[in-house]
Amino acid sequence: MTMPLLQVNDLKKHFPISGGLFGRTKSKVHAVDGVSFEIARGETLSLVGESGCGKSTVGRAILRLFDITAGQIVLDGERIDDLGPHRLREMRRRVQVVFQDPFSSLNPRMRIRDILAEPINNFGLAKSAAERDARIAELMEIVRLPRDAVNRRPHEFSGGQRQRIGIARALAAKPELIVCDEAVSALDVSVKAQIVNLLQDLQREFGLALLFISHDLAIVEHMTHRVAVMYLGKIVEIAPRRQIFASPGHPYTKALLSAVPVPEPGAERTPIILKGDVPSPVNPPKGCRFHTRCPLAFDRCRSEVPELRLKGEDQWVACHLENA
Amino acid sequence: MTVTTTTSPPPGLVVAPRLPDLMAAPKIRRGAIGFLRNHPTVAIGGALLLVLVIIGVFAPFLFTVDPTAIAPAKRTRLPSADFWFGTDALGRDIYSRVLYGTRVSLTVGLAVALGASLIGLTIGLVAGFVRWADGVLMRCMDGLMSIPPILLAVALMALTRGSVGNVILAITIAEIPRVARLVRGVVLSLREQPYVDGAVASGTRTPMVILRHILPNTTAPMLVQATYICASAMITEAILSFIGAGTPPTIPSWGNIMAEGRALWQVKPYIVFFPAAFLSVTVLAVNLVGDGLRDALDPRMAKSP
Repeated sequence: MTMPLLQVNDLKKHFPISGGLFGRTKSKVHAVDGVSFEIARGETLSLVGESGCGKSTVGRAILRLFDITAGQIVLDGERIDDLGPHRLREMRRRVQVVFQDPFSSLNPRMRIRDILAEPINNFGLAKSAAERDARIAELMEIVRLPRDAVNRRPHEFSGGQRQRIGIARALAAKPELIVCDEAVSALDVSVKAQIVNLLQDLQREFGLALLFISHDLAIVEHMTHRVAVMYLGKIVEIAPRRQIFASPGHPYTKALLSAVPVPEPGAERTPIILKGDVPSPVNPPKGCRFHTRCPLAFDRCRSEVPELRLKGEDQWVACHLENA
Repeated sequence: MTVTTTTSPPPGLVVAPRLPDLMAAPKIRRGAIGFLRNHPTVAIGGALLLVLVIIGVFAPFLFTVDPTAIAPAKRTRLPSADFWFGTDALGRDIYSRVLYGTRVSLTVGLAVALGASLIGLTIGLVAGFVRWADGVLMRCMDGLMSIPPILLAVALMALTRGSVGNVILAITIAEIPRVARLVRGVVLSLREQPYVDGAVASGTRTPMVILRHILPNTTAPMLVQATYICASAMITEAILSFIGAGTPPTIPSWGNIMAEGRALWQVKPYIVFFPAAFLSVTVLAVNLVGDGLRDALDPRMAKSP
């Protein structure tokens, strides 16, 4: 088996909540609490889950936008979670990001040319100004925007166009992995489809790996290779797309999938309604984190944390019901 | 966008009536003239300030006499053709004194606005970016802020000799915390912007992130704050001079003139009236510019070109 492009081992990120006169740490938000997965070259892994489950934190940790609390992030066989500033820059080129909000992800005071030139200059990817300009024009072509738009500023573009610019900025660094943090969630349905198709084309063309963070299961089903389902800072299920959509293993995954709207009038479906709210990540429940809302919970769930176990071919589920 | 139809529609097709002009896109004016026409308060305030600057710079050529020349024989004259604003208790020409006083007010206002902005910006940037410095710096700023700015300036002036330079220094120190707080707040909110994260992910080093992504986006609120500081500095200078803790009596400033006219307020009110009127108009002009800039620089109010 070939080495995966990205390996995340038991990643933890706790945010301290400080208060009082000297900023003592009162408690911690367990945003991500032991997450492990792998992404192969050219593969799309979707990270799904409801708001606040820590999926964006995983993305930001991989981008090294903050220091992680514990665990390892391995890019192409090299640990990147403890790199010094110099090596970190080289790593940054290989992992890029596309954000959710196309309005705040581009500096409103910069022209598109300067936005795209930033990564090219930072990583020394062009030897001359002419080469850089040619590369910028090429990037505009790749994301299907007019070349002469480079002299305009972000506010002159629509949401979908801005998202293309955001993708162009990510591509400018010639990355191997792009973290798409809810990259299409803020867009109209038709624009969403265009951007998703663009991402898929780019993936095929450049052999990109994508970490597609989303809560939109319909889009995920359309474009992903594998899916990881997160709940309250942990992965509860990780499996290839076909398996997870055909036979979800974890009760949470089942509930999540049953909530996806079916685009067919009168279609029969019985949504599993989860009761209650997501518990606070400051004080997560003992045992299985889902037991407070799980319709099938029994005693063991309240005391013992379930591990991810193999169920069938390549489907990993963290549920006591699976290995009872 | 306007749609004009030149050909008549085919029969049976209903054409929507032309939209009234109310719905037409607003006319967009470009350039400096266009900016002033779109923001009349800036234009009015700016014009007033320009007049005041001209008065200050060209004071010796605007039919003034020596503002410090004492003429005991011509004490407390009413405004007349000879003495446009009258004379004070020592027979000095108030018109000349008020015009020369413009220099002090404008110098103090501008210098304090500039000084407090630059120092406050630096402190705010450091506090917003360096976590351990944040607590120390902002507690110091809170300490400074807990003292009313005028009291603080009076206390600082008590430590030194009265001079315009010291007045500027004292007011600047009193105004720094306001800028520092503002900039720190803006920096903290900008740091959370995805485009800053995007820049970090694109390998931009921290100094460049500050210079390219943070600083340009702090200038708009800073500029507005600077105008308010300018106005408040002018008033503080007048107050300091009025209570005798500011500009020395040898230099005519609006505060000085009012202080000297105070004793005669009930019999010769014009001595206080003219410098007070100039001070009010100047502060109004600066505030008009500030208000106009706040509206003009607010991205929600911005019209796309």
